[in-house]
Amino acid sequence: MADAVSVMPQAAHPGRTNAQNRRLWFWAFVGPFLAGLLLFVYIPIGWSLYLSFFDARNTVTPTHFVGLGNYAYLLSDELFLSSMGTFVVFAACIVPLTFAFSLGLALLLRRVTFLQAFFRSSFFLPTAVSYVIASMVWRLSFFNGARFGLANTMLRSLGLDPVNWLGGENYWYWFVLVSLRLWLQVGFYMILFIAGLNAIDPQVYEAAAIDGATGFAVFRSITFPLLRGTSVAVAMLLLINAFQAFDEFFNTLNTVGGYPPYARPPLVYLYLISFGGGTQDLGIGSAGTMILTLVILVFSLLQNRVLAIGADR
Amino acid sequence: MRPSAGGRAVSYVVLSVLAVLFLLPFYVIVRNAFSTQQWITAPRWHWLPNVFDLRNVEAIMSDESVQLGRSLLNSAIVSVVQTGATVVISMMAGYALARYSTRAAKAILGLTVFTLMVPTTVTFVPMFVMVSSLGWISTYRGLIIPALFSAFATYLFRTAFADFPKELEESAYLDGANIWSTFWRIVVPNSLGIIAAVGTITFIGSWNAFLWPMLIAQDPEIRTVQLTLSQFMTSQGIRYPAIFTGALIAIIPTLFVFLFLQRWLVQGVTQSGLK
Repeated sequence: MADAVSVMPQAAHPGRTNAQNRRLWFWAFVGPFLAGLLLFVYIPIGWSLYLSFFDARNTVTPTHFVGLGNYAYLLSDELFLSSMGTFVVFAACIVPLTFAFSLGLALLLRRVTFLQAFFRSSFFLPTAVSYVIASMVWRLSFFNGARFGLANTMLRSLGLDPVNWLGGENYWYWFVLVSLRLWLQVGFYMILFIAGLNAIDPQVYEAAAIDGATGFAVFRSITFPLLRGTSVAVAMLLLINAFQAFDEFFNTLNTVGGYPPYARPPLVYLYLISFGGGTQDLGIGSAGTMILTLVILVFSLLQNRVLAIGADR
Repeated sequence: MRPSAGGRAVSYVVLSVLAVLFLLPFYVIVRNAFSTQQWITAPRWHWLPNVFDLRNVEAIMSDESVQLGRSLLNSAIVSVVQTGATVVISMMAGYALARYSTRAAKAILGLTVFTLMVPTTVTFVPMFVMVSSLGWISTYRGLIIPALFSAFATYLFRTAFADFPKELEESAYLDGANIWSTFWRIVVPNSLGIIAAVGTITFIGSWNAFLWPMLIAQDPEIRTVQLTLSQFMTSQGIRYPAIFTGALIAIIPTLFVFLFLQRWLVQGVTQSGLK
């Protein structure tokens, strides 16, 4: 960093104004970003913290102070607690599944040369698709509760009864939601694992081959340990992204009659309680934002901590 | 470490089956876009389409109640402006944060890194409060401006510029150039890779965004295409060919970016995941 500074024009602009010029240029470059960050991230969060102590229905300048009332309401609301439970179930399914599939695909792709780019693009392609469109395919074609849905057609050909996938019974909707996200995000993490694998020195493998190590032994004793940094990053990203799930839940489950009472992850809960009723309840919504932001901050700090431990080794 | 011939054959079989499964949703979109309602909702699943002209495309594009053309235009405006402006704003900030080591620079870098830990999806209520009090509900400003200040993009640019060879800049300074012109004439033209990487990721994210546009675009005139499709999907009496034709059209820009800029997208993904 220190020698980076010496790059700046000193010889070209001698005199007293040089340091001032440099400072001005700094603010010209960084000013728009900093102003935006303050105006659209930090001031709103501060304002929300303020709102979270007020009864702020349909207003952003409330007068009725309720202290910790909004927080107390949320923490005793069974729906809020069950939204956390929904996140835990979702994360417990999607994190290990995506991890295993994306690592598996990255390893499998290394074993082939012919058509490798085609296969890689096929798995990566869903990254370009929106959750709205994926939800459309999953909801209306694959897991349509009617007889003509693809999954139900297959069940019928096996002599089984059709399933109302998104209707709420038997937790079938988890199958829809998890398979959708898995399809959409697995390619992204596969790319991360490919980058991680490419960073491993090939000489390590040559040495292992000379020692007679093969197959799974190589993976267990060389590949996986050397991939630790990537693995930790992927696992934490998966967790943080699962916490922010909204689009596919909303688009597969919301109907003209409203959102069903089940399968409400934290952001869906927060959306429904802030904007879902006839009124905008920004006091409750703000208190919810503070709690969820705190949770995600804990995840992120955990990530940094685990990554730092990984880097030490 | 070469796998045996048998092992390689198994790999090909597994990869082929998975590739078919991964491409199946794309195929289903195309099949539905080129089928009739009766064909799709028939008790028997048809793998092949039964409409071999553009009548579904014409029907959806001329449907006044859906306004697909208008929402495509809105999406194009929002994502192009957002991509361009995000790249410029974060590129400049990233450059300053890479080249200055003053106390202010260190503090702003710290703030940027801290902001990375608070994803903007979680803070939609505070952002809504701000945007609604600015009177920006149902405006392009409300859709675009709050999303322009990406700590993530700034951090990626800062990392890339920290590795930029300083000799190139030094020679420009010796020729009497100032920081501004050195940045635009020397640094930017030599950093097109990272610009393309951040640009593709931003464009795809912007085109596919759902929650923020849903909060802001309350007026149908300003809806983005994802919102229009979402509303269409949850409305009563689903017209399958129409809605999947809409999806097929809406997916084209991001697939185009994917197919032609995949190299940069891969770079963007790698850098964003392992930042």
